[in-house]
This record gives sequence, structure tokens and C-alpha cells, in this order.
Amino acid sequence: MWLRRFSQIGILLLFIGANKWGWNILIGNLSSAYVFETFYLSDPFAILQILLAGFILGADVLIGGLIILLIYGIIGGRVFCSWVCPMNIVTDTALWLRKKWKLNEIQFHTPINRNIRYWVLFLALILSVFSGVAAFEFVSPVSMLHRGLIFGMGFGWAAVAVIFLFDLLVLKNGWCGHVCPIGAFYSVVSKYHWIKVQHTVENCTDCMECFVVCPEPQVLKIIGKKSGSINNGECTNCGRCIEVCDDKALKFIKREKIIRRNENE
Amino acid sequence: MQRKENTTSRREAILKIFQGAGLLSLGGLVWGAFLNKASVSKLSLRPPAAVEEEDFLAACIKCGACVQACPYDTLMLAQPQDNIPIGTPFFIPRITPCYMCVDVPCVPVCPTTALDINKLIPSDKVSTPENMDVNMSDMGVAVIDEKSCIAFWGIQCDACYRACPLINQALVLNFERNERTGKHAFLKPVVNPEICTGCGMCEHACVTEKAAIFVLPRKVAEGKAGNFYIKGWEAKDENRLNEESKESDIKGKTTKKSYLNDWEELIDE
Repeated sequence: MWLRRFSQIGILLLFIGANKWGWNILIGNLSSAYVFETFYLSDPFAILQILLAGFILGADVLIGGLIILLIYGIIGGRVFCSWVCPMNIVTDTALWLRKKWKLNEIQFHTPINRNIRYWVLFLALILSVFSGVAAFEFVSPVSMLHRGLIFGMGFGWAAVAVIFLFDLLVLKNGWCGHVCPIGAFYSVVSKYHWIKVQHTVENCTDCMECFVVCPEPQVLKIIGKKSGSINNGECTNCGRCIEVCDDKALKFIKREKIIRRNENE
Repeated sequence: MQRKENTTSRREAILKIFQGAGLLSLGGLVWGAFLNKASVSKLSLRPPAAVEEEDFLAACIKCGACVQACPYDTLMLAQPQDNIPIGTPFFIPRITPCYMCVDVPCVPVCPTTALDINKLIPSDKVSTPENMDVNMSDMGVAVIDEKSCIAFWGIQCDACYRACPLINQALVLNFERNERTGKHAFLKPVVNPEICTGCGMCEHACVTEKAAIFVLPRKVAEGKAGNFYIKGWEAKDENRLNEESKESDIKGKTTKKSYLNDWEELIDE
């Protein structure tokens, strides 16, 4: 938990430091960053939109996007969402308040389908083609937040406040778990990622704590039923379930272990 | 969490499909309309070496690398209230103009070539950041409101002229006799739009309450004569006439030349 906050805030600090005090570790923001003034890292979703908008990009930024795509898509899964994205701090605060004020008990059902994010993703890509601009980047509250924190916010606060209130009052895990196409994008591309949560059913006591704490509980289908890894791309690898599990039934594993386990079976 | 059994009837399924399609197209329309509106605000001044505005909006990844590279804090990233596509870099010369750094630090850092160093490379040089010539940049063009420019009143002011980094090239002073007093001269500033880079140092220096000289994006500031006018005194433009007549022979279309020669068709029968 605190490790996650440390990572989120730390990465932001490196960016802010670059702007305010001239550090050269990470220059730019989460859309595209210049690392140690030697190579670039770029947001592959933004790049995909730009390409669809019809602009041919240079090799630097494409390689940068590919690196990020490899890191998240193959190794980490949706770790961007839980370990990097600053919006996650906002929505988690909303979630925390929801619990504190017992709003979850008033509103029990979630009326909006979690798959809506894939439609938002679809729209973002289609609209990029037709409008000739990167459609989601034009309206993204996530970009507004990290850009705002680094370069000055302006009325960007309003967009962030909207997300906060939406998550607090309208829908539990509303933004990150239902709407945000960035999460949807990483869910799709990280289908075969390596680092996963591993469940050992023999240790599980069916306490259901992990379901309570999980921001994407639909990924936990196998809990208490059979051993294996959480393979759903919607898992953000936030590790909350591991933290909350007192029975040593959940832990992070790397791909090699999965393979070895499969061979043993 | 046991899901209830799947008992969707055909009618419900069809309804759901149409509901989904409706919501999707509604969302698409609203979002698309916003994008359309947002991308037509063409009054923003971009950093040096920015590609055409249309391409720029597609290419800019909104990372702010140019903003961080700018030593004068000239460049800003647009915020929602600026009425410029959010997150794109721009500058307001009246606040801080572009000071035309010789090494143009804002350009080579751009990861997406939305700022393209090739726009600043003289044709006889290799495309490396060291060969950039900042005077080739085209951020906009300065325009003078002669009514509020006090130099046009006859008051001596050459603030913009002195501030221009391309003094006597991009901005010249025209001396004219002041007939009103009979013994003074007007020192009227005149912009040469072909040399002006749009840095905005003139706008920044202007002494009037609201600047009488200001930078506009070139596309906004410039008119267009159209293809029908040919400068007969310029060999290159005159050539255009010959090429055009060759084309018309093939296509049999009315062109500039035929319009001038076949005047019969202009007369009512």
C-alpha cells in the first residue's frame, strides 16, 4: 500500500523536480518522458491515437512507446493504474471516504457495466481517425492531472474534482474500474503479462477479505475454488489482496513459476 | 456472487443492442463535436519550428518537454481555461515573447517531431540540431494597427523597431513628412512579413495600453490573391502562365490565358 503511494508520488516528484529544479532523471510527463537525457519513454495509448490521427511519428518516440508497452504489456500488466497513475491517488481517496462515510452501504449495486471502458477505448480510437487529433488526449482528466501537477493546473482541477465526486458519490471505483480507456488499453495489451497474483486454494479460508478490498473483484473468480494465477488483464497488480490475506493464500509470482507449476501438474 | 440465470429474451437482446448503439453514437457525437470545436481555435502561437497547425494538433503528445527546455519560461502548456487545445504548448508575446535563442533548445527535445528541426535547417546544411537557424522560424507574423500606433500619429516612438531581433529587415521605419506640423517626420514602422518570425518582441515592447503591434498566426494574418493573378514582371510567375496554357490544351478547360484571350465568351449573345 505505502509502497504503491511511494512509487506514484516518487515518479511525479521526479517530473516536478525536472521542471522546477532542473533534474534530468525524468523530463516531460507521463505522456512522454526524456530519461537521463538519453532516451525517451512514451505512452503507447497516446502514440496509437496519434498514429490513427494520421501523423507519422519518429523512431525515438515509437521506441519509447514500445519500451513502455513491453514493460506493462509483457511484464507488469495494469501496474500503470495502481503504481504510477496519479489519478489513482484521487480515486483511492474517494474510495477511502466512501468506506469511512459508509456510502457503500447506501448504494449497493453498481448500475454501470465495467465493460463500458472498452467502448470508451473504441470510441477514442475511432474518433482519432475521424477528427485527426488524439481524441482521448484532448479530454483526458488523467493527463490534465499529471500535466497540471507538473506545469500548472488552471481549471484542470475541475476535471479532477469531477472524477473525485463521481467516484465518491456516483459509482464505487467509477473512473478507474468502469470508464477510463487507459486502463482498458492496458487490460487488452497485458493479456499475457508475467507478474501475476498466485492463489493457493489449500491455504484459503474463504474469508472473502480480498473481494472486499479488490478494485476489480471480477478478476478474483478462482479464489476459494482452485489454485492458479489471476489471469484476467483487468487485474491491476495493486497487491491489496495479498496485503489483506492472512492465510498465505495469495502472492505475486513471475511467469517462470507459472510455467514450472504447469509442468508439474 | 451468483449471477442470475441467463433468461434474456430476443426482444430484450435487440433492445439492448439498440440501446448500446444509441449510447455509443451519442457519446461519439458529443465527444466528436467537442474535438471539432477544440481543434478549430486557430489563434494560438506555437513554438518555433512547429509543423502546420493541423498536423501539430495530431502530433503533439503534450509532454511539455519544450516548455521545460525554454529558458525564459515563454512557453506554456494550455490549461482548460485558455481556450486552446488542452496541453499543447503556446506563448503570449505580450507576457513573454520568444527571445530567439540561437540554439533553439525547445525544438530538438520534442519526441514527436511536432516541432521539426528540419524547418530551421538551411537548405545547404545537414539536418543536425547545431545547424538550426532560429531566424528561419515562423511562429506568426506581426501586424500593426495604424490607428492606435502612436508613431502613425506623429509621436516619435520606435520601441518595436528597436526591440526587433531582425531590425531593419523584419521591421523597418518609413520616414514620411508630417504635413500637419509642416516641420516634423513620421517614423512609421512597417513589417516585412516574409522575414518576420513572429517572435513577438515588438508586441512585448509596444508602449500603448493594448499593443498596437501584435503577432498573429500567419494563416490568420495573411490574405490570398488566388491563382488567377499573375505577376507578369516576375519571370517565375510569368512562367506559370505558359505551364497553365499547356495544361489547358490537354484538359480543354478555361484558364487564365483563355479567359484573357477568348473574351468573346464573356459577351452576351
